[in-house]
Amino acid sequence: MLLQISEPGAKAPPQRRLAAGIDLGTTNSLVATVRDDQAVVLEDSQGRVLLPSVVRYHADQRVEVGHDAKLWQSEDPENTFVSVKRYMGRGLDDLPEHHGAPYRFIDKPGMVQFETHAGSVSPVQVSSEILKSLRERAVQALGGEPSGVVITVPAYFDDAQRQATKDAAKLAGLEVYRLLNEPTAAAVAYGLDQAAEGVYAVYDLGGGTFDISILKLTQGVFKVLATNGDPALGGDDFDRAVYDWLIKQTGFAPTDTRHVRSLLSAARIAKERLSEHPDTGVSVELSDGSVVNLSLSRESFDALTEGLVKKTITPVRKALRDAGLSIQDIKGVVLVGGATRMPCIRQAVADFFQQPPLVDLDPDKVVALGAALQANLLAGNRAGDDWLLLDVIPLSLGIETLGGLSEKIIQRNATIPVARAQEFTTWKDGQTAMSIHVVQGERELVSECRSLARFELRGIPPMVAGAARVRVTYQVDADGLLSVSAAEQISGVEARVEVKPSYGLSDADIARMIEDSYAHAQEDLEARRLHEQRAEAERLVEATESALALDSGLLNPDELAQLGQSLQALKQAIAGSDWQAIKRTADLLNEASTEFAGRRMDYSIKTALTGQKLDALQV
Amino acid sequence: MAITLTEKAAYQVQKHLTARGRGLGLRLAVKTSGCSGLAYTLEFVDESAQEDLAFDSFGVTVLVDPKSLAYLDGTELDFVREGLNEGFKFNNPNVKNQCGCGESFTV
Repeated sequence: MLLQISEPGAKAPPQRRLAAGIDLGTTNSLVATVRDDQAVVLEDSQGRVLLPSVVRYHADQRVEVGHDAKLWQSEDPENTFVSVKRYMGRGLDDLPEHHGAPYRFIDKPGMVQFETHAGSVSPVQVSSEILKSLRERAVQALGGEPSGVVITVPAYFDDAQRQATKDAAKLAGLEVYRLLNEPTAAAVAYGLDQAAEGVYAVYDLGGGTFDISILKLTQGVFKVLATNGDPALGGDDFDRAVYDWLIKQTGFAPTDTRHVRSLLSAARIAKERLSEHPDTGVSVELSDGSVVNLSLSRESFDALTEGLVKKTITPVRKALRDAGLSIQDIKGVVLVGGATRMPCIRQAVADFFQQPPLVDLDPDKVVALGAALQANLLAGNRAGDDWLLLDVIPLSLGIETLGGLSEKIIQRNATIPVARAQEFTTWKDGQTAMSIHVVQGERELVSECRSLARFELRGIPPMVAGAARVRVTYQVDADGLLSVSAAEQISGVEARVEVKPSYGLSDADIARMIEDSYAHAQEDLEARRLHEQRAEAERLVEATESALALDSGLLNPDELAQLGQSLQALKQAIAGSDWQAIKRTADLLNEASTEFAGRRMDYSIKTALTGQKLDALQV
Repeated sequence: MAITLTEKAAYQVQKHLTARGRGLGLRLAVKTSGCSGLAYTLEFVDESAQEDLAFDSFGVTVLVDPKSLAYLDGTELDFVREGLNEGFKFNNPNVKNQCGCGESFTV
């Protein structure tokens, strides 16, 4: 066979797969994809990109999502769910703030549920409705089902909250390539994963939540160093500040929801206009129908909201402190969330970090864009090796083959999640079982690799050697969990095992430690013996010395000198590092002191018994 | 310990490198795959790795990683014409068996 020269790292041309990134937000959600190497946010049929994260349940089981549902927020609060993200993976006990919410909570172990017109629903179900709506949008825009999605979650989400998010996706019929931290997604959207290594801050002020994350980029992989924030601070509070000002200016205190809503909406529009213009007019319709026109300058707005802006800086400080860093350590600052359009926020962030923040991308879209880039990568639409954002497999995962050799199934540095399969066969006539030995490492001999797991595939129908077809699949999910399955293709018998190969190995340092432990196994054993012998000998020295201090009179000078010599010899041996010498000398001392110990025993019994009457000794 | 190119192969590699406009040389490696165990890979090199071993043949730099070298030592890379096909051919003294198509081999 003749070969041609290939480009470095070139692989078989991948077939392009549809993939999407989803920002499942507390207030709004978005979906994005990569088109012609550009990440773009997908619009709904009316050209809107933001989908309000609001779900309304009707008595007839109908479910409304997004803008339509949002209209009912105040009219039908019990069946209209906003900010359901706050309840994901949370039990009633975890939610001290739930008392303010209008929902009818049902306390369920693990996660709360809500009672609605349409029966009880869980936060996972509510979230899945949002995801379904985004999925439909993606199917429309992509012209087919996405093969997988990346969904973003806050960096502080714990395992239960992450699992709940995955469950919601599954319920919505979405395959999750992986969950991605929101700040990491934002950093990816700005291409920081290809920027200089260092520490970056992501300042995320959304509609109702504030998060600050400190990320460290090393070798293309982001690590979250610290997070902080305020779960009840967001752009809505700025609307509220303007709303309060309007009430103060007009002396009009609306009582019905219609007026409250229109006044809040006027406040929001004024806020948004002030991000573009130095001042704006506000029209307020009073309850008698008359209209008052006011003017609000950016300066006055800044004064009104100064306290709110300051409130975001405290968590930033805390996060920096938790990460053990100072402002000078921060290489760049990313702004996320619509509220960061406000000039007062940008100014405050620039002042605090002593550098202008990154603002080129739409702060509403940046997280979804990053998720889309990630999804595109995971779908295999890009040569992955030049982009190392993902976790990689630190050591190859292999299988033991005949002769004790390791056949690598998944190569080192493969990005996860990953799945590879290979077929094996029987080597003896009538062989009905096959032993699968999963190993990790780069060496060729299994004995020089690390053993991860062993299991047996039984029940293979008897066939001639080489006829059975056993497909062994190695799959590593985004969390580094390896599952190995072996299935005989003809009979369908199957066996599987799960292991966590990354345990203690995700870090290069730890991997090196393990390698060292192999290389120095013999030395370790010697060191252990030495320590054990030393401890034993020191105990013996101490016992002998304290006995001599009490009862040296039981020995004649020769014996005393003899014992002293042995004692000295052992002390010298202890100072050395030959465990065998210590053992030998300790044995000598033991021997030399046997006579002494015997006399001490006799002597102490004699002392105890002298002058005692027999009946007094009865116990 | 050596890997060599025939003059014809070196000329072809040089021609490809010039046409490509960049590249340090040629990388030879083996990977486990194919029907008989190991298979060759042949790539341009844009970046050399620290552990790479370099050989020079008719002005062309050939890089091999130490692990692959164990299987490739003594190999001569030739450029041949077989019927209508032209391409590179590994003359590897370590090979004990080859699969029918010659894609993979065992040592």
